[in-house]
Amino acid sequence: MGNFVPHTDRDIEMMLADIGLDTLDDLFAAVPEALRLAGGLDLPAGMSEPDVAAEMERLAGLNRAGSDLVCFAGAGAYDHEVPAATRRLASRSEFVTAYTPYQPEVAQGVLQALFEYQTMVARLAGLPVANASLYDGASAAVEAVNLAVGAKRRQTVWVGGGLHPHWRQVLATFASGTGHRLVDIPLRDGVTDWSAAPDGEAPACLLVASPNYLGAVEDLAAARAAADRHDALLVAAFDPVSAGLLRSPGDLGADVAVGEGQPLGTPLSFGGPYLGLFACRAEQVRRLPGRLVGRTVDREGRPAYVTTLRAREQDIRRERATSNVCTNQTLIAVACMIQLAWLGTAGLRELALRCARGTRYAREALLSIPGVSLLASAPTLREFAVELPVPAQVAVERMAEEGYLAGVPVGVEGGVVRDEGDALLVAVTERRTRAEIDGFAACLEKVVR
Amino acid sequence: MPAGATSPAPGGRAWSAPLSGRHHEPTVFEYSSPGRRACSFRTTGVPEWDPDELLPAEHLRAEPAELAEVSERDLVAHVTRLTHRQYSVDLGAYPLGSCTMKYNPKLCDDAASLPGLTGVHPATPAAQAQGWLELLWSLSDALCRVTGMHAATLQPPAGAAGELTGLLLMRAWHAARGETRRKVIIPDSAHGTNPASVTLGGYETVTVPSDRRGLVDLDALRARLDADVAGIMLTNPNTLGLFEEDITAIATAVHSAGGLLYYDGANLNAILGVTRPGDMGFDIVHMNLHKTFAVPHGGGGPGAGPVAVSERLAEFLPGPLPSRRPDGTFEWRTPARSIGRVHSWHGNALALARAWSYILSAGGDGLRGVADAAVLNANWLRHRLRGVYDLPYDRPNMHEFVASTASLKKQKGLRAVDVAKRLLEEGFHAPTVYFPLIVEEALMIEPTETESLETVAALADALIAIAGEEAGVGESAPRTTPVGRVDEALAARRLIPTWDAAVAAGETA
Repeated sequence: MGNFVPHTDRDIEMMLADIGLDTLDDLFAAVPEALRLAGGLDLPAGMSEPDVAAEMERLAGLNRAGSDLVCFAGAGAYDHEVPAATRRLASRSEFVTAYTPYQPEVAQGVLQALFEYQTMVARLAGLPVANASLYDGASAAVEAVNLAVGAKRRQTVWVGGGLHPHWRQVLATFASGTGHRLVDIPLRDGVTDWSAAPDGEAPACLLVASPNYLGAVEDLAAARAAADRHDALLVAAFDPVSAGLLRSPGDLGADVAVGEGQPLGTPLSFGGPYLGLFACRAEQVRRLPGRLVGRTVDREGRPAYVTTLRAREQDIRRERATSNVCTNQTLIAVACMIQLAWLGTAGLRELALRCARGTRYAREALLSIPGVSLLASAPTLREFAVELPVPAQVAVERMAEEGYLAGVPVGVEGGVVRDEGDALLVAVTERRTRAEIDGFAACLEKVVR
Repeated sequence: MPAGATSPAPGGRAWSAPLSGRHHEPTVFEYSSPGRRACSFRTTGVPEWDPDELLPAEHLRAEPAELAEVSERDLVAHVTRLTHRQYSVDLGAYPLGSCTMKYNPKLCDDAASLPGLTGVHPATPAAQAQGWLELLWSLSDALCRVTGMHAATLQPPAGAAGELTGLLLMRAWHAARGETRRKVIIPDSAHGTNPASVTLGGYETVTVPSDRRGLVDLDALRARLDADVAGIMLTNPNTLGLFEEDITAIATAVHSAGGLLYYDGANLNAILGVTRPGDMGFDIVHMNLHKTFAVPHGGGGPGAGPVAVSERLAEFLPGPLPSRRPDGTFEWRTPARSIGRVHSWHGNALALARAWSYILSAGGDGLRGVADAAVLNANWLRHRLRGVYDLPYDRPNMHEFVASTASLKKQKGLRAVDVAKRLLEEGFHAPTVYFPLIVEEALMIEPTETESLETVAALADALIAIAGEEAGVGESAPRTTPVGRVDEALAARRLIPTWDAAVAAGETA
């Protein structure tokens, strides 16, 4: 059994004697007898460290990943390189085993790392303020909608049909509590057609992802114009890797930018922990969800960092807080900062460019297969959807046997993307070689025949 | 520093001055030197198209997004220096009440670093991710056994997310019975996330006071129960570290009024293997795996906040859930009346893997041993502080207790915040201060089970010594930390959330 309780029998005896008790059970006198768990927990006995390691390795061995299942799946989770420097630095135990920086005098490390993270996210988003992280892309979208509803005092939200279907589902789940009305605006040829928005109550915000779930780069200027017609906020979901090439959400008029930060420094990890990116204009800062680090000074005038505008937060404002977020994803934000510094100004652009080149090469290779066609013709950067002669689920299963994670099944129904369907969503990162892409295309040609 | 200046930027300096606390650490942006880089990429053989051959020009940014231009050596030195300005559990005791800052076993770090776990795409078909599904299913099952519940979702990524998920489950359950209830009751000692989650769940908060014992005032609770109450959120033991002895009567009263009981698992560490929320009558339970199950806190996350429910609520859980087929293989299933997803994917999976390795390591007996030692440490420390600090609820506590400097403040101006800052100088992290709100000058202390008698004794000695110091000593603390007391008011008044804002405000390297 793992032994992380340091007390010896003698320690326990002495301590019990000091407080006037005879047995450890006496410590729980306040728990009514009828509630006591007779016979202990119904769990196996503890295991030694090597035995735990062997069991965890057994479980890990039942998964297929890496070179055993070459990844062409994306859908918001991307197989990017995580260099040794990021892995090593982000796993330093001073970061890993710290608490939320409630005592800034002994938490300058985490606080300054978050300040640098906020700076980088704000720059990528093209907006002046970024928070210290949210749980994931979906939670960032939920918080952005809550911000907009609070700012505009309207309950309706227009959601671009290309939003990640899981994010759309999370929005719907939380809307059951807040009462927000979500109105889907359909896609036309892969991008949101704002002219198809219904008449009726003006929205608090428009929420659109660019690139969207199909990989298509949206016309954010058109979204901004639609928002202006209704005096609504524009919330843009962006991809921080694509941001190396694309104009920023802030540059294109977004009031709030949200995103999934996983592609920068976090492995695929079966979907978590990931990182919710959140940036906004200065006038929204008092509605900002979650933690915000500010630079200030200590008593001697030295630069220092501290969580700030705390009056927004749940532990102070309680039922009137702007958000209930407490624990967020600090360590993942720190990894993101390190990764962005490692990439650097030129490196992020090169990363985006390499993804775009691989994506174009793969798209051309797949489109040369008889019966394969693009789902939409809008320009894409790192991901695209194709229609196949066989249902995507069948293709994914057959491709897995050949050693490829071929992509993610996708469909469009009523102009709104869905996480199931007969088309296949394919992503290519900087890790995919020409040989892997050629092999993938050759294999797909075989399985769809 | 402009390019071409005779004095080079600080990049490349291998110094350790920040260790001493006499110098601040520049930002990574100040180390930046045009043209310097750390990154490298895989050789792929993919054709090297230019951006304008790949995307329409109107989508392309005119200039690259400016980040930093540093060597890997500079970056490693910078970040390492930041870690030297950071307290952590691996350095020393962290008696933050209600945060359960226990030691995080290293074997769990290794377990969560296995490439067969970290490398798996979340959309991998179940047939290719059987290890992950088995792990998640096993963890759900174990958490249900620990809490006495029927089924669980692992999606909520933190405690507050678990709370909101639980409240939406409460809402869905009432709605399925054709009922619309508008109020949720929480005690005045509750964590701030509780009322914030209640609002987001679409409910109105009704506060129930604590009685002189520090427990829920049962008569006051009964007076608040009516057909408009959806349920009650309770932490047990509560934030005063006291077990709600009347929990069975509370459960009966709430259930009789048609409400549900929600268990905030922040303090679950105290009762592992002793008693279970399910046996107390709770319907919905969230757990903080980053407290009770040794997932490290990461400086403020990632955590994990699974939610377990009784049988009658299982059909509403967020999906998809890992499920075991009769043949022993695993698949995803979404419950019949699921409230829907609460996370982009399957929750903070690697945090869940850490928790599973911890549970394997501890086993059922080990978890009970955790509660024993946690409660023993907290009671022993309270005894040591009696007569020195006020103990507004001086009765047997569970894993934590609340002391106060109210009398010391009257005598010589010693405030809770001064004690906290002095403790930092003594090499300990501070307790939680000014919480719960019902105690004046509160120090909420949770030693956890992984601190030895020697450590807890040293913490007691430090607290006693601080209480005995002359008036005014605490006010100038901390003096030996990387920075002195931080001007929080200035930070809020003159908001500088980025390096760009600092430069605009006239701050330079």
